[in-house]
Amino acid sequence: MIDNKLIELVGITKRYNGSTVIDDLNLYIRENEFLTLLGPSGCGKTTTLRIIGGFESPDEGKVLFGGKDITKLPPNERQLNTVFQKYALFTHMTIAENIAFGLKIKKKSKQYIKDKIKYALKLVNLDGYENRMPDSLSGGQQQRIAIARAIVNEPKVLLLDEPLGALDLKLRQDMQYELIRLKNELGITFVYVTHDQEEALTMSDTIMVMNQGYIQQIGSPEDIYNEPENAFVADFIGESNILSATMVKDRLVNILGVNFTCVDEGFGQNTPVDVVIRPEDIDLVDPEDGVLTGHVTSLIFKGVHYEMEVMAGGFEWLVHSTDMAPVGSKVGIRVDPFDIQIMHKPESEDEAVSAKGPEAW
Amino acid sequence: MVNFRRFLHKFYLGLVILFLYAPILVLIVLSFNSSKSRSKWGGFTTKWYSSMFANDTIMLALKDTLLIAVLSALLATVLGTVAAIAINHMRKVPRTIMLGITNIPMLNAEIVTGISLMLLFLALDLNLGFITVLLSHIAFNVPYVILSVMPKLAQTNQSTYEAALDLGATPLKAFFLIVLPDIFPGVISGFLLAFTLSLDDFIITHFTRGATVNTLSTLIYSETRKGIKPEMYALSTLLFTGVLVLLILVNHLGKKSDNKNGKI
Amino acid sequence: MKRKSTFLLSTPYGLWMLGFTIIPLVMILYYGLTGRNGGFTLENIRLIATEENLKALWLSIRLSLLSTLLCLLVAYPLAMILRNTKFKNSRFMVMLFIMPMWMNSLLRIIAWQNILERRGVLNTLLELLHLPALNIINSPAAIVLGMVYDFLPFMVLPLYNTLVKIDENVINAAHDLGANNFYTFTKIIFPLSMPGVISGITMVFVPSLTTFVISDILGGSKVLLIGNIIEQQFQKLNNWHSGSGLSLVLMVFVLISMALVGKYDKGEGSAGVW
Repeated sequence: MIDNKLIELVGITKRYNGSTVIDDLNLYIRENEFLTLLGPSGCGKTTTLRIIGGFESPDEGKVLFGGKDITKLPPNERQLNTVFQKYALFTHMTIAENIAFGLKIKKKSKQYIKDKIKYALKLVNLDGYENRMPDSLSGGQQQRIAIARAIVNEPKVLLLDEPLGALDLKLRQDMQYELIRLKNELGITFVYVTHDQEEALTMSDTIMVMNQGYIQQIGSPEDIYNEPENAFVADFIGESNILSATMVKDRLVNILGVNFTCVDEGFGQNTPVDVVIRPEDIDLVDPEDGVLTGHVTSLIFKGVHYEMEVMAGGFEWLVHSTDMAPVGSKVGIRVDPFDIQIMHKPESEDEAVSAKGPEAW
Repeated sequence: MVNFRRFLHKFYLGLVILFLYAPILVLIVLSFNSSKSRSKWGGFTTKWYSSMFANDTIMLALKDTLLIAVLSALLATVLGTVAAIAINHMRKVPRTIMLGITNIPMLNAEIVTGISLMLLFLALDLNLGFITVLLSHIAFNVPYVILSVMPKLAQTNQSTYEAALDLGATPLKAFFLIVLPDIFPGVISGFLLAFTLSLDDFIITHFTRGATVNTLSTLIYSETRKGIKPEMYALSTLLFTGVLVLLILVNHLGKKSDNKNGKI
Repeated sequence: MKRKSTFLLSTPYGLWMLGFTIIPLVMILYYGLTGRNGGFTLENIRLIATEENLKALWLSIRLSLLSTLLCLLVAYPLAMILRNTKFKNSRFMVMLFIMPMWMNSLLRIIAWQNILERRGVLNTLLELLHLPALNIINSPAAIVLGMVYDFLPFMVLPLYNTLVKIDENVINAAHDLGANNFYTFTKIIFPLSMPGVISGITMVFVPSLTTFVISDILGGSKVLLIGNIIEQQFQKLNNWHSGSGLSLVLMVFVLISMALVGKYDKGEGSAGVW
């Protein structure tokens, strides 16, 4: 895992008409990694991908590929391929011609191209579709062809720009597994852009959460979910209860006037902090056993669990539980110390605002 | 490299614009030429601009041109919009047939269209004149209206019309309150297209006008041999400038409302 | 909507098209295939085979093909530039190429007479630059120039309309798969713009083939095209039968190009400017 950085972005800045879309971004992508760029629309994730692909050139900074500077290299000379949003298939060519496009440019032999088409179509489960036209395929099938068209060129890196965005939910979930299988079979690096946090958590080795041109957090899906570094990440990834609180001292935090034991240290004494508690980490207990008490204000059956809202200490808590408490009943709230995630308050007013309402679409 | 390319692009654009506007420039210059000869510059004058109003032939042709353009565009718009709605609701086969027939006047040679209409009018024993020209203009304008309205109809949501009916509107009311506002941009552009085509038409008018009526185009054509009256240059310069000003105004207003909508 | 109301709404237009498009064409067919005595004859069609008429037809075909090709060569780069350049106001740029159509087209052709004349604007300018004079007035070259001038917008618009519809990512995908600019153009952009090319070609070819105005004004009376011959049959010789017969011949050529349009054009491209 050491020093096999395949792609490096160094100090990348990109502006459009005076507004900064990406600000001094630094990132490296390792060989064989599945990296997801995750964030709301307009956060700069697609622009980052397009800079790696060579479709945009950064105003400042460098793109390194295997240690070589490729910032000025046009897309047709880069050793990576892209799967575009809405697939961008060549509608005037057959499926076979689409897939053969890159290989013909590389002047591969007829037999080689034929074999590759067959192999690629098998890989994406569309054997026998050689002579169909793209328009006659469903969205999911077009998606697979777009992937096949890219991977026959044996790129070291595959860039995917919201490839599943146009598909319906069921198909999207199927394609997620499909993509993971593909990546494992091909053994190449995937850089994946999405605004769908579930997709990111399911597929990635590493997730980079972006907002307003800045990296918010880079880490494994578990890190990002369990230990969000700030309120934006916590709110964007999964559902959560985010509260203002005061760190009384190490391992003790005051939430809504009540002291909770936690596991975090090093925040100082009486420091204002943000606290994240995931809805599934809240235990509903008898009122007398709870640290806080309140009453249930709503109850919805969600299949795997019940979703409840509990009014306690002046805050509406979101709770996921397999146990059910009827609306109006009095309950106590408890949280295990390691389920309380403490975060620094955002430094600027700006970030605080953006942390409030991430628009997912 | 990039800059050189950009320069080349601008240069090419400029060249084509020069090509397109050179004759217009010549006409504008001629409208201020005090010599009646079009190959000699006799000094600057605006006299043609005042004398054109006193020229009965030109004024009558102008009146007829505008009248035919407005009437034919208006009638073609009504006929074409209704037809577009009907075609939009047809099943595949009649629809294809109707659209095929609609294409004929647009794709056929104008000279053939003009001749065929002339033969029709003469066979019907109609005297060639204002009415026959008007009918002919409607005939070649309708397809363009349909062509402008059809795409808008395809975009409208059929369920809004049904919702209006569901809420108690009569079909007629639902059409005027719901469908028409939706397709209105297409209707307007169809009208403008028809108006423009009618205004500039020569060939079809040439065959269907007989000897009694003149549009600006036919008047100009009859003058080509003996020399165009300078008033004609003045009149077309005036018309052209009018349209130009109108377009710039519309464009300017359009840009303002774009800004208001916060377009990036 | 109910079938009945669809039928009611389509009736006026159906009748109109029958009366003002189909029956008139049938009348040409009738006159073209009958003699003055009313009997069936192919004499009017055979008229095309006279030396003078054949020469005019052949010249018309050659000049219209040439002007169509020139229009395509001028318009394609123009449409590409309009598509690629991020003008602050691209609609205005497109408008700039339609605007000239608002000056009477006959007058604009007449203005070319002024420019191209022996002592016209062009030669005066050439003289100032000490360049040799250009004498193309009253020649086929002047007619081709007039055709290119008059019909260029009909080539630019359909081309521009199909080119702007090509998804930028399709072009990006070609680059991504290793294609250079030239390869991307020949294999992706040009094939995808084919509907525009085809509809542009017919929109220039048909009026060029059948014009009698441009040849009249810029060719003097020296150059006769098939359009001039037909026009003379009607306006000077008053011979409807032979004029109709020659029109039928002309329509065969128009039909060929219409068949091409029907094959490629999907009903868009032409008039969607406004």
